[in-house]
Amino acid sequence: MNIETNNATKCDLACEALKTVDDPEIGLNIVDLGLVYAVNFDEEIKEVQLTMTLTTTFCPMGESITSNAMMALEMYFPGYDVDVHLVFDPPWGYHLISEEGRVFLGR
Amino acid sequence: MFGGPFNSSLVKTTSYKVILPFYIYGAVAFLMASILLFNSSIDFEGHYFNPRILAITHMMALGWGTMIILGASHQLVPVLIEGQLYSEKLAKWSFYLAAIGIPMLVYAFYVFNMGPIAKWGGRFVVIAVLLYLINIAKSIDQSKSRNVHANFVLGAVIWLFLTVLVGLALVYNFTYNLLPKDHLHYLYFHAHLGIIGWFLLLIIGVGSRLIPMFMISKYTNDKLLWTVFILINMALLFFVVFFYWMEALVGLTYIPVIFILVAIVMFGFYCYKAYQHRLRKQVDDQVKISLLAVAMLALPVMMLILVITLLLTVTGQETNLILTYGFLIFFGWLTAIILGMTFKTLPFIVWNKVYHKKSALAKTPNPKDLFNPQVFKVMIIVYLIGLIMFAVGILMMQDVLLKLGAIFMLITAVLYNFNVFKVMNHKAEGI
Repeated sequence: MNIETNNATKCDLACEALKTVDDPEIGLNIVDLGLVYAVNFDEEIKEVQLTMTLTTTFCPMGESITSNAMMALEMYFPGYDVDVHLVFDPPWGYHLISEEGRVFLGR
Repeated sequence: MFGGPFNSSLVKTTSYKVILPFYIYGAVAFLMASILLFNSSIDFEGHYFNPRILAITHMMALGWGTMIILGASHQLVPVLIEGQLYSEKLAKWSFYLAAIGIPMLVYAFYVFNMGPIAKWGGRFVVIAVLLYLINIAKSIDQSKSRNVHANFVLGAVIWLFLTVLVGLALVYNFTYNLLPKDHLHYLYFHAHLGIIGWFLLLIIGVGSRLIPMFMISKYTNDKLLWTVFILINMALLFFVVFFYWMEALVGLTYIPVIFILVAIVMFGFYCYKAYQHRLRKQVDDQVKISLLAVAMLALPVMMLILVITLLLTVTGQETNLILTYGFLIFFGWLTAIILGMTFKTLPFIVWNKVYHKKSALAKTPNPKDLFNPQVFKVMIIVYLIGLIMFAVGILMMQDVLLKLGAIFMLITAVLYNFNVFKVMNHKAEGI
């Protein structure tokens, strides 16, 4: 799991927040599923910038997952705006699932 | 860095308002068909060209199978083609027209009056399918992807349109005698365009994407899927082109049947490979019953081969085999897939509706908690017992087995409706 960031300490907190958001079908959180690509912080304008993907375009649960990710970050970073940047390049793949995620799926 | 700007339309899926009515309609149609099956079980000892059997078949094929597939596909097609649904308005009109047309047709078959009710029912169904075809073709046209799954879907909808057109011509044939050969001959043609062209092609196209997705499987094999697609379409084209000669040369029927059998075996192999390469070790009951349905396809195909062989050797012995064949397709294979896949799709649609933008605020139930898993398990057991009993009942022409089988099928439909309405009526919890 390699998440790009410009603030490692805050990124850990953001990951803690994003780990509360599960993919409802799989039951695994979006960090371990590998959907989170980058979390950056713009202190000047007080903004958290989340770059993430979905397992597929037009995922029926996509809107729920992105809005829940946004809300989770808003709760953990009061006073910050959250900007979700949804990308499909590079596309999500099974190699992005973390070791913890694989253990969860293999149970 | 990561490419592509944020594009909210890439997560915009079809509204639940479009999809849910199809599911409700399908559930009620399954219940109605099971009631009709219970009332008419004795008819299954006679010939298949019987008003009540025609009514049950159309309730199952259109009201149950087609309506559920239409509903689910309005949400799943965007995933398959990686593009938005062209029009929700067209989808709603498809629903309204089919919802009016299907009971009219079923009623007309039941009382066997091919007058204005049957003709209007048929017309409504044809227009509903035409609107669906336009919607799917336009959706694929405006999407960037031309993958194998999109081709399966488009091919299936074209065959569905041809099926309902032939069906309407058959309704007219009762009054105007349009067709040169006898009615049963075209019935066989109409049924197989629908079963193979619509149901088989669509279910393989959608299943080949969803089954690996649900199991988180790394296995993909587009070449195999393209071969399956070509084999099924070749079988159908052969069937259409040589249809007139098949009555005299029954042996010709073996050719498309063998193509179909090879396609099914290849798809079975694809599912097995996807299962082997899955990351998600626990496969839930809904996916298990869908995988079982793929294996169950072998039964009607074997039955068909037996029917053709009997037609070539002795005549008059095949009526109950043909009935068993039809029963195993509609109440067997098709129903098994829908029983499983309903609870793999419907709870997510309702969960999205109820908990959209809410699940991060508090602990919410999982989509799979929206239905009762015990009721689901009992439903599957009761269903399998009912299916075997009724099929054996047709083969052995046994009144008691037919009645008992029909009772078990009716209980299946009641339990299915219980869970469907439990999901539909779910209210927000934990917030």
